[in-house]
Amino acid sequence: MIDLAFLRETFATLVSGVPLTLQLAALSSLLGAIFALLLVWAQVALPSTLGRVARFYIFAFRGTPLLVQLFLIYYGLSQFRPTLSALGLWGLLRDPYWCAVLALMFNTAAYCAEIFRGGLQAVPAGQVEAARAAGFSGFLLFRRIVFPIALRQALPGYGNELVLMVKATSLASTVTLMEITGLAAKAISQSYRAIEVFLVAGALYLVLNVVLVQALGLLERRLMRHLAR
Amino acid sequence: MKVLHLITPILFGLTMATAAHAEDKVLRIATEGAFYPGNFTKPDGSLDGFEIELAKDLCTRMKVTCEIAAQDWDGLIPSLNAGKYDAIMASMSITDKRLEVVDFSIPYIRVSLAFATMGDGPLADLPGTGTVVNLDDEAAAGPAIAALHEALKGKTIGAQTATVGVDYLTKAFGGDITLNEYKSAEQSDLDLLAGRVDAVFAGAPILAASLSKPEMKGVKIAGYTLSGSMFGRGAGVAVRKGDDALKTDFNEAIRAAAADGTMSKLFVKWYGIDLTPEWK
Repeated sequence: MIDLAFLRETFATLVSGVPLTLQLAALSSLLGAIFALLLVWAQVALPSTLGRVARFYIFAFRGTPLLVQLFLIYYGLSQFRPTLSALGLWGLLRDPYWCAVLALMFNTAAYCAEIFRGGLQAVPAGQVEAARAAGFSGFLLFRRIVFPIALRQALPGYGNELVLMVKATSLASTVTLMEITGLAAKAISQSYRAIEVFLVAGALYLVLNVVLVQALGLLERRLMRHLAR
Repeated sequence: MKVLHLITPILFGLTMATAAHAEDKVLRIATEGAFYPGNFTKPDGSLDGFEIELAKDLCTRMKVTCEIAAQDWDGLIPSLNAGKYDAIMASMSITDKRLEVVDFSIPYIRVSLAFATMGDGPLADLPGTGTVVNLDDEAAAGPAIAALHEALKGKTIGAQTATVGVDYLTKAFGGDITLNEYKSAEQSDLDLLAGRVDAVFAGAPILAASLSKPEMKGVKIAGYTLSGSMFGRGAGVAVRKGDDALKTDFNEAIRAAAADGTMSKLFVKWYGIDLTPEWK
């Protein structure tokens, strides 16, 4: 029933979409993490002004589907083409690749900001107090005490978000990008063999995420080696 | 409910009987009424479009009185075979699968694909606008395709995924163009308006329908319109299997309507281009 030659052929087709999937996931995760740090900083440093904006941003982007955000950016913004051209932004938004990166980045930033804030707030007050007593303050306190503890606490949640991002890139196929899912959809519309093609596509995502989860596990073990038995 | 179960078969039987009785008086033609500009329902409920006008013309030629009614697409062939109608004119493509259950007249719409571009875009002056090229005739098609190839080099074209259009573009222009594939016509139309694609390549009837929308007013058909057996066999009148007399009548009427120019006139009126088929 399962046609091995067809599976091999499908595998070869879909593997060519892996670089684009990885690029989308890596770039948007990186930009999203930076943006998320800004959002956290705004909430901690300026809670009554910029922090409110950041909280509203998180509320809006966590509360709406990524697909809707992607369509708003790709099809929605294209209706304001003259304005965007005047602002010099059209060159970026014309390209489906950047539209996808932007949507993924804005979305993940909202989630990451909450993960980072949680990690930060879970740093025990006693530890900060002890550090202050030992003479730490300002940036040194953050770099040596608060950040290392927050990082360890945020890592499992953040790893989860990275795995979700790899899978979220599949939505880029809806705006003409030919990553793994885009190529799979095309292969199905040509062969009408949904089971085989989606099995291969699913397996590819699984492999990518297994590698990612292993790497995160290594990192976590390294960071937690003081607790190793 | 019980009563309904009992009387429905009786009512059904009655309608079948009256239907069979009326058969020799009028020719009943079914259409979909939802496929502009081929056949569509106007706001007042009446049917209009290319096929409606053509059907009336063919009926005059066949000297019969016609009744044209709209019917859901999925129900067209079943109700034809159940005797509710005598013929279907609903832009129905002739395919092997359908030929298993119904017969078709000769095609009355030629399958053809065309490019839609922005009137002020980079491809507004594609060569051959208004000319239909038959790809089966290689001597005539060669220079036209070469001219298109030259003009399309380095451009981005949108087409609906897994259609003959995509296959043809890939085969004819390969890596010289960037091909963006879309799930639906609206998506590629939006990207044409946004300037993400320089042209949309699609079936001429689909483009005619798109261009009728007010949002698409800056868009026009440009370049050669392409037709050929690789795109399919065209749309014909479907009749019940074995209804050869009616099929022959339709064939003669279609040929006559093509010969005296009635069809071309209707095509230009509704589709903006003459899609009269060529028959052997």
